[in-house]
Amino acid sequence: MVLERGEVANSWRRERWESLRLLTPNWQSRLPGLRYEGPDPDGYMSAGEVTAFIERFANVSRAPVRTGVNVTSVRPGGDGYHVTTSRGKIGCRTVVIASGACNRSAVPRFSGAVPASVEQLTPFDYRGPAQLPDGGVLVVGASATGVQLAAELRGSGRPVTLSVGEHVRLPRTYRGRDVLWWMDASGLWDQRYDEVEDLTRARRLPSPQLVGTPGRATLDLNALTSMGVALVGRWAAVRDGRALFSGGLRNMFSLADLKMERLLDTFDEWAKTDGYEAEVGPPERFAPTRVPESTRLQLDLRSGEIRAVVWATGFRPDYGWLDVPVVDAKGQLRHDGGVVDCPGLYALGLPVLRRRRSTFICGIEDDAREVIEHLARFLAVRR
Amino acid sequence: MTEVTNGVNVQALLEARDALKAAPEAAQFTWRASAKWQGGVHSTMKVRSFFGLGEEQGHNEEWSFEADHPEVFAAEDNGITPIEYLLVGLASCLTGGIASIAENRGIRLRSVESTVEGAHDIRGILGADSDVRNGFDDIKVTFTIDADASRQEIEALVAQSQKRSAVFDALTNPTNVTVEVA
Repeated sequence: MVLERGEVANSWRRERWESLRLLTPNWQSRLPGLRYEGPDPDGYMSAGEVTAFIERFANVSRAPVRTGVNVTSVRPGGDGYHVTTSRGKIGCRTVVIASGACNRSAVPRFSGAVPASVEQLTPFDYRGPAQLPDGGVLVVGASATGVQLAAELRGSGRPVTLSVGEHVRLPRTYRGRDVLWWMDASGLWDQRYDEVEDLTRARRLPSPQLVGTPGRATLDLNALTSMGVALVGRWAAVRDGRALFSGGLRNMFSLADLKMERLLDTFDEWAKTDGYEAEVGPPERFAPTRVPESTRLQLDLRSGEIRAVVWATGFRPDYGWLDVPVVDAKGQLRHDGGVVDCPGLYALGLPVLRRRRSTFICGIEDDAREVIEHLARFLAVRR
Repeated sequence: MTEVTNGVNVQALLEARDALKAAPEAAQFTWRASAKWQGGVHSTMKVRSFFGLGEEQGHNEEWSFEADHPEVFAAEDNGITPIEYLLVGLASCLTGGIASIAENRGIRLRSVESTVEGAHDIRGILGADSDVRNGFDDIKVTFTIDADASRQEIEALVAQSQKRSAVFDALTNPTNVTVEVA
């Protein structure tokens, strides 16, 4: 059975801001027995459309979903695991953890030193610009979330400062195709977890600077600079009510520019060897990230210039309910391609679980098949 | 890979990284220097011992450094100025990083040279304008590297060395500093 704390697609119903769209184009939304069949394969689903899509899959797959059942504890016992829920206890031989990697926002400890006059929000709290006080906003983090919220808040007329650490720069389209078409078609997304050179790093990678808009616009730091967003370095500390930013911003740009170039080189190489040259446009190279003439190293949070801070500093999983010693000191699940370090316990839907595409909708099918094969063998042997 | 070339024992570094992942307490180092006033603004610093891997460690010999101010500051110029030591530290840290990363990436270096410039408005330290900070306004490092690698690979070496540099971090990010009288 499938236990769901709320409704099907709960986090898409309740934990997303209003303007959010999927990063992947519609044609990539494919699940076993269900694919996008609407009129706009190159478009990007809104949160509402994703909800409807997942609901449809729950029906098509006839998955035995029990909604409104919150799991409060899973611990070894009996012939497998004792699961305690808001609706009573369940005994089962195997458990698949599919609660995701984004249950809590990761906010730096120094957020406690931000003056009370400055409102603080995480992406879980954020719905849209109207909810924020008028005045300046400091958005922290330049992943997909950070760049999208910075753009939206700037669009609402607010002065926006974006604090930029390590990030992943991508153009929305490359040589006339969606950049995620390249990830998919070139096989890069199929790179397996046991082939990735630095798996820890790959699993910690911030989401790429992408947004799903009808115009398929690129939302990199140059686009934000053109919109009037001021860039500052990584937010390092709060001292005497002042935010202190790293002076290493230029290198953040260099690292991201170089990585993007290497990726585009890989795509070009693949197009040549696999015979896609004729199907796609000519190779493109993008201007380096523009270094601002001067960047601020500190900002007085008591001056009233900044009225709100939006923490787009990433997410962490929550395993508070998992009474099995399989979580490491950093709060991550110890698993080998979804096979958790305790017999009969499995995981799905975590970053680079088995492939680089693991956390995308089109990444679950292959992962699930392999993890469930293992689970079925485990049950067969024990029987 | 073991053939390469720049004289950095990368294998030892990688093994240390793995070992310290499992034993974070052994990774806690304390670096030390002692200083003695010599008269005027001249001082002599000595560096010998440090702590790490759970015990006292030491350099093979005691190293000595002179600091003073130049004649344009009406001083005797017995050594470089303290703020120049920051440039020395930054250049050496980035250079060592480039050699290590090149070794790890199988890139043979023929020469690595750099110049470091720190722009400094000295009205700050003189108290001539309270809006001017005491430290550098801007630091610029320019590398000239000759290696069997593309420009892109060389730029990636330089970027990665900044990412893993202790001194780059210490200069670009705030650090708590406690100064007290014993």
